[in-house]
Amino acid sequence: MIQLVSFYIFASIVIASAAMVIFARNPVHSVLWLIVAFFNAAGLMILIGAEFIAMLLVIVYVGAVAVLFLFVVMMLDIDFAELRAGFVKNVPLGLLLAVVLAAELVLGVGAYQAGAVTLGTPEAGAATVSAAVPNIEAIGGLLYSKYVFMFETAGLILLVAMVGAIVLTHRKSHGTRGQSISSQVQRRPEDATRNVNQPVGQGIEL
Amino acid sequence: MIGIEHYLVVSSILFVMGVLGIFLNRKNVIIILMAIELILLAVNINLVAFSVFLGDLTGQIFAMFVLTVAAGEAAIGLAILVIYFRGRGTIAVDDVNRMKG
Repeated sequence: MIQLVSFYIFASIVIASAAMVIFARNPVHSVLWLIVAFFNAAGLMILIGAEFIAMLLVIVYVGAVAVLFLFVVMMLDIDFAELRAGFVKNVPLGLLLAVVLAAELVLGVGAYQAGAVTLGTPEAGAATVSAAVPNIEAIGGLLYSKYVFMFETAGLILLVAMVGAIVLTHRKSHGTRGQSISSQVQRRPEDATRNVNQPVGQGIEL
Repeated sequence: MIGIEHYLVVSSILFVMGVLGIFLNRKNVIIILMAIELILLAVNINLVAFSVFLGDLTGQIFAMFVLTVAAGEAAIGLAILVIYFRGRGTIAVDDVNRMKG
């Protein structure tokens, strides 16, 4: 009973905050509603025992992605009123598409409920969910054995994303005097100094 | 008791919300990126729900990979957004025709 009640609480908050994300006038509010949606989605996942993904959702999405969004929204000086100009014009088409898509998805779920589609059973040898092994332990065991190469690939994707983001946003700063190692090393005494035999009593001309 | 249908309905509503967000805020690329995050969240809920109700852990592993890609995509998307804003002074993307290389 308490499970059902908390499911409905989490689910309704997720959907309401998702609506607020796309309808909020201020993008800062959108980001904050996005954080609410992520927290409640994490609650939904804890409810069915997927603690690791819930934890990851809070740490990665709320802790990193949402804060990144917040930084960008606050750093750029954007005229948000101008960006909302076409909002009303796009509503009919968007709503039509959303209704069609939602109807199709509900049709799929209805077909499952009516018995047209069955869930099936895991293959032999698949890692099964059991109450005896904690979720995080089970995922760790699977991630570092069967899916270790995919895990490494995920790390590689993050590395490439990091390098890409840095390369894209990094710019050479003008007006500062940076060190040029190669010209320093190439510098020779005969290029930089000269000896003059200066007669006594006359000024020197540099 | 909670069945998989409950989770499927929630994730499909969330997915539709994301698509609607892309359509409604066609100019504001920040909201578009957030709508894409919502879509990926719906995908994750779907993967986790199927994983738990099927009794197979693989779905949760894949949810983690989806999360990885979502994080990378957000970082790259925001980086592109920042340089786009530097070049044009606005982030209206309904007439992006400068990116011809």
